[in-house]
Amino acid sequence: MSKRREEADATSKGRRKFLIGMTSAASTVGAIGAAVPFVKSWTPSAKARSAGAPKKADIARVGPGELLSPIPSWRGKPVFVVRRTPEDVERLATENPELADPESEDLARQPAYARNAWRSRSPELGVYVGICTHLGCSPKYFGEAKPEDFASDWEGGFYCPCHASRFDLAGRVVKGVPAPDNLEVPPYSYLSDTEIIIGVDEDTVAAAGGDVHLAAQPGEDPEEIA
Amino acid sequence: MAEPSPARPLVRLLAWVDERFPLSETFEYHASKYHAPKNFNFWYYFGVLALVILVMQLLTGLWLTMSYVPSGEGAFASVEYIMRDVEYGDIIRLAHSTGASAFFAVIYLHMFRALAYGSYRKPRELLWLIGMAIFLVMMAEGFFGYLLPWGNMSYWAGQVIVSLVGAVPFVGEELMTWVRGDFGISDITLNRFFALHVVALPIALIGLVFVHIVALHHVGSNNPDGVEIKANKDDNGIPLDSIPFHPYYTVHDFQATVAFLIVFCAILFFVPEMFGYFLEKPNFEQADPLKTPDLIVPVWYYTPFYSMLRATTFPLFGVAAKFWGLVVMGAAVMMPAVLPWLDRSPVKSIRYKGLISKFMLALLVVSFFILGYLGTIHATPLTTGIAQIGTLIYFAYFILMPWYTRIEKTKTPPERLT
Repeated sequence: MSKRREEADATSKGRRKFLIGMTSAASTVGAIGAAVPFVKSWTPSAKARSAGAPKKADIARVGPGELLSPIPSWRGKPVFVVRRTPEDVERLATENPELADPESEDLARQPAYARNAWRSRSPELGVYVGICTHLGCSPKYFGEAKPEDFASDWEGGFYCPCHASRFDLAGRVVKGVPAPDNLEVPPYSYLSDTEIIIGVDEDTVAAAGGDVHLAAQPGEDPEEIA
Repeated sequence: MAEPSPARPLVRLLAWVDERFPLSETFEYHASKYHAPKNFNFWYYFGVLALVILVMQLLTGLWLTMSYVPSGEGAFASVEYIMRDVEYGDIIRLAHSTGASAFFAVIYLHMFRALAYGSYRKPRELLWLIGMAIFLVMMAEGFFGYLLPWGNMSYWAGQVIVSLVGAVPFVGEELMTWVRGDFGISDITLNRFFALHVVALPIALIGLVFVHIVALHHVGSNNPDGVEIKANKDDNGIPLDSIPFHPYYTVHDFQATVAFLIVFCAILFFVPEMFGYFLEKPNFEQADPLKTPDLIVPVWYYTPFYSMLRATTFPLFGVAAKFWGLVVMGAAVMMPAVLPWLDRSPVKSIRYKGLISKFMLALLVVSFFILGYLGTIHATPLTTGIAQIGTLIYFAYFILMPWYTRIEKTKTPPERLT
């Protein structure tokens, strides 16, 4: 092989390397771009998002110590609407060392207005997503304070049959059960004394730029918040 | 010019094909000149049986898609329609559901064989890893398929398993919505799982099974003695202790297949539900997002791993127990993949390994069965405690292996097969 040929080979080797490098880099960018539609297409569609629209619930039908039945569903999840007795309201406000997060320190679990002892807008009416924070089973309502099979000192609340997680009547999880967090409080508002709407509150309305009239408390004038 | 060939038409046809496609060559390479060890025993049936079941699943599955409707409205009703109104629909559907259980039963036995005879060891590491990939794809395939009947257990088992994704720190919630394509398990999830179950994963499975066999025929089969037959060859380079796969093992495996099908059909015809282990009772009710079954239990082939998930009840390093459960379960499934690098024994087969290896393998099997059973019942503090011990034993088999395979006294394996 002549010297010139060798030199030419060395040059083309460098050029080939450069071309491969550039093409690979461009292809990688292209591949990432091409992956976007495939990945994004798995997120909820417009139809799914609109099916996740707010849901109204008639709360006149739920008496003290009862769970609203049939259980309303919001975004395909059961929502527990429970009306607490005056004794329940009082008991929930007293300190309970058995609870994992009595003060609702985990801010992602409820809107700011539900960061109180009852985890609700008004003490007597509680609204919780009925999905156990462990593995997504739906807990069962055991509203009465009486000994149950799973707890002899039961004071009323929710019990998950799948893995034995327990929550009090404010959806607060008991220590030492598999569920790590309190039940989620969905955004909700009062439309009137006897009707709530699940999935909408002042924050979601503000975020959507809407002008829906909602009330934070029963009996409040709806104009006040919006 | 050429003399008319005296060969018969079929032979001439074959010659014509062979000039254009390596047909005879492929057959010889994979069957008539594939030299397998002469001492295969009972445990060597399960590979071929897995292949038979794969074909059955593809066939019954294809037929099911012809009548199944993948939608939240139609799925449950279409399964009932297949069971009641489609001619032979019940047989095809139950063959598919029984086939899923049979597939896992056979694969677990196939894997046990590899554990006992050290089939994962050099030079078969890659063969073993491909096998592990097949196992993973099968688990995913089974999970996606289980949602399709849209029964109440389908729904809630799907809910529980997808919720596991939610345990991933920081992005869990978004990831969960992304997997489901909705805020809960819905129609959209069902359609997605259907696509994965009938298109994506079967293609992956067929591809992996193909490379599994290619890798096997490249390195050659292991055998109950764990001795390399290629070490002793005759003048033609054929291992002395081997027999050609065809006709010897083809006939042998054909008989095993018939025996298997007799058992399979007996189950299919008389106990297709297997007392709630193959088809669970709540699944005869349509999916109800507002009503959790009293006891959520996966199908039996997942229960050992499900038990380990449930047994992980304590938080660690400030991360919730739920996440560690996911980690433990994932690690338990993946653990066998590293076996080729954990086993330091000078011998491959359990026949020549020491007492500790035999004891540990026995413990592994026992703990696997106990965990499997515990996964099917309600968790109580007692069963959780037992499951925790079982989980420790399961992991001990793998993690302690580098140690116990080195210190134990082994027997010297023979030069040739026994």
